Amino acid sequence: MMNIPFTKYNTLGLLISSIILLVSITSIFFKGLNYGLDFTGGVSIEIKYKERADLERIRNSISKIEDANFLVLNFGSDENVLVKFQSDEELNINADTVINILDDDDYLGEVVKSETIFPQIGEELRDKGGIAVLVAIFAILIYIIFRFQIKFGYGAIAALIHDVVIILGVFSIFNLNFDLSVLAAILAIVGYSLNDSIVVSDRIRENFLDPNSKGSPDVLINKSLNQVFARTIITSFTTLLVLMALLFAGGAALYNFSLALSLGVVIGSYSSIVIVVGVLLKLNLSNKDMEKPKNEPEESYSLD
Amino acid sequence: MNQFKIWQYSLIASVLFVGVIFALPNIFPSKPALQIALGNSSDEINSNLISNIEKTLNEEGILVDSLELEDNSLTIVLESVDDQLSSRRILSNFSDGDYIIALKSEPSTPKWLREIGAKPLNLGLDLAGGIHFLLEVDTARYSEERLSSEGASLVEEFTKQGFFSSYQSTGDTIDLSFNSETDADSAIKYVNENNFTTSGSKYNVTVDGTNINLQYTDNYLSEIIDYAVEQNLVALRNRVNELGVSEPIVQREGKGRIVVELPGVQDSASAKKIIGKTANLEFRLEARNSDSFLRKEKFQYKNPLQGSAFLEKVIVLSGDNVTNAQSSFDENGRPQVNINLDIEGGRAMQKATTGNIGRRLGVILVEEKTKTFFDEENNVVQESFLEKSIISNATIQAVLGTSFRITGLTGPNEASELALLLRAGALAAPMKFVEEQTIGPTLGKENIDKGVTSIIIGFILVFIFMLLRYRLFGLSANFALICNLILVTSIMSAVGGTLTLPGIAGIVLTVGMAVDANVLIFARISEELKNNIEPQSAIKNGFSKAFSTIMDANITTLIVALILYAIGTGPIKGFAVTLSIGIVTSIFTAILVTRSLVNFIYGYRTISELKI
Repeated sequence: MMNIPFTKYNTLGLLISSIILLVSITSIFFKGLNYGLDFTGGVSIEIKYKERADLERIRNSISKIEDANFLVLNFGSDENVLVKFQSDEELNINADTVINILDDDDYLGEVVKSETIFPQIGEELRDKGGIAVLVAIFAILIYIIFRFQIKFGYGAIAALIHDVVIILGVFSIFNLNFDLSVLAAILAIVGYSLNDSIVVSDRIRENFLDPNSKGSPDVLINKSLNQVFARTIITSFTTLLVLMALLFAGGAALYNFSLALSLGVVIGSYSSIVIVVGVLLKLNLSNKDMEKPKNEPEESYSLD
Repeated sequence: MNQFKIWQYSLIASVLFVGVIFALPNIFPSKPALQIALGNSSDEINSNLISNIEKTLNEEGILVDSLELEDNSLTIVLESVDDQLSSRRILSNFSDGDYIIALKSEPSTPKWLREIGAKPLNLGLDLAGGIHFLLEVDTARYSEERLSSEGASLVEEFTKQGFFSSYQSTGDTIDLSFNSETDADSAIKYVNENNFTTSGSKYNVTVDGTNINLQYTDNYLSEIIDYAVEQNLVALRNRVNELGVSEPIVQREGKGRIVVELPGVQDSASAKKIIGKTANLEFRLEARNSDSFLRKEKFQYKNPLQGSAFLEKVIVLSGDNVTNAQSSFDENGRPQVNINLDIEGGRAMQKATTGNIGRRLGVILVEEKTKTFFDEENNVVQESFLEKSIISNATIQAVLGTSFRITGLTGPNEASELALLLRAGALAAPMKFVEEQTIGPTLGKENIDKGVTSIIIGFILVFIFMLLRYRLFGLSANFALICNLILVTSIMSAVGGTLTLPGIAGIVLTVGMAVDANVLIFARISEELKNNIEPQSAIKNGFSKAFSTIMDANITTLIVALILYAIGTGPIKGFAVTLSIGIVTSIFTAILVTRSLVNFIYGYRTISELKI
């Protein structure tokens, strides 16, 4: 078994996390997120041309439509064009308007995808996403208090918030497109990060409850971390293998999703070791906290 | 000790066997096809049109695999996606008829599989291509209009009872003012007497001297909005069915929104026209023979066999006044349609039927339709027009009020169809499009190919790693992983679930969780071995010690998935569904399937040395 002095370096880990969190929060607060169409509302049209697309010609055609700021740019390759704009409240100018005008001017390729989203829908979606994360966090806190002990609950939630904020921070700092699929990824990270935190918490509890293991809480926690470390690395690695495949072969539609999830897996594993343990150490987790052990399903479990 | 009983092995094997059977339809490739449905359901696709289509396609050098007419929609199976796209182009210019062409993929599931109910996965719009609409019901406007018309009826009632009043409606409130407090008192009495519905009171009444304020109670408001949205849903389903697209989705989302998804359809403009069209109903008395042509109008019946009839030009009431229509049976067991009108409609109906007993009352369905034709310069022109047809013309038996019935129908089918038309003919509340998404067929195909390729690559990488790291145990884990994938696919297919891109991502996450479960078990076994526990016990302890950790981790993730499903919309729901199913199957495969294989490999011999 490995013997890495995790707890010794815990303060250093917390310091690094604090700095990253601070940078993330600053960026989210001042720079904001680059919300995708799902959240802002508006119109986007992807058109594929047989040869190199003449962006000027498209811009000229579209400029006949009044009152809208159009963004016309290449997307992926120079045959693919993306037209994006914000429309008025009532969506009087929509994807059909643009497609028709290009068709009239005899310069319409194949419409690969078109989206028109009412601004109000986008706002609602953003609020709902936020609510989903909060409700999820709350439900998990309850489960962990029921199954473990409240200090583990604080540890798991702290790790979860840590992971989500950093991912949002990375998306904000690098101006990555934050769309619905990234929101789904963040919710998945909530699940994954928990998975890690629970595996670590489970082991810590087991060692605290085991009459044969002796030592200070610090020593016991360190022992637990060394016991689960190999598993943490292997699981993260295999999940990353699949995610890397998605990231590099999954195409544009899955790129942001797999990016957010990959980041989440790495940060989630890190936080289960640093943040969960940090919180437990700061809250002075002791044998006394375990005095009322909850029902242990393994005692009643037998398969052979 | 690491031996399962025969029944345990056979139970696991039979679960896997059933899984394989229901996952099987997905490996048969589906063929590209076109589906043609007439925009107007009363027209029929005749053999002439069919042979014309076949001839035209053959002339263009496109090989038609098969042609099948079912429920007035024609499915043309073709050889390749290129053929499918060019056929769509050719056929969309083909006729001046009002029809919808949808791209479709026709599954080639063998008959014996279809007979036991096994079918391939439905693909979501992001994978199959198609159109997604989100419509919003303008509930505020609906309740305001309703309240204000009720205000008008109340004032009319008060005038009739002899106390004058005036009213003003502002948004969600109506203000009634009276000349004296006595008048106000009688009015309050009247309002309170009529302030009951099945679910409690209807108005919140506040009195201020000679003024009375009425507001809908929250209960009643949500009840009428609920009703309006449900009624709009029925109307939309009807219209979408008219499109004849296979596997359309019309679903309520949240309080006042309706999602419409039309897989394979690419022509958003014409789909929008049919879905968003405003249909309405008109109730008119049948004209007397003596009436001059200035006072009457000729209309066709919706059922062409019935010919036509003359109705008066005066409209007694319109579809907005119909609050409900249900088909049922009368005391003699004959089919009938029960119709409910609002107060205003009831009054109009009473007025119109008084003194007209024995005459007929006609119901006209007004539909907004579009026709496409070529003008002199050969440009395609689309023009919308109103089509009015009689859906019922029944004899008035008595003076009618807010609720009455139509009898003398030929059968229960006619009754339920008439009730449906009465309910669905008009939208209860105004609606608007708030979201629209068109996904081209090539993008959908690309998404599928890339999604599947990346999953395969991911799996292979994980397999290799697990084999290298855990050898025979890794082999068991890999086998469990494949079983997991099969089970997720079969459950999704069997329950008619829809696979979307986020759904694929959910499966990927499940793979991660399933591997984790096995890694936890193997890590425990290796710990036990290091503590000098003998191999058989180490295997046993490894599985049982890891169990609670695995359950805790999976249950919390399952909680998250269920919350996502409850709160999320569209794509997030898709993700939540595969994740939830995947978690449940991965607990089964990662624990039981792996265990049974490990037992099978190690349980029947003495192991002197075990390495993991």
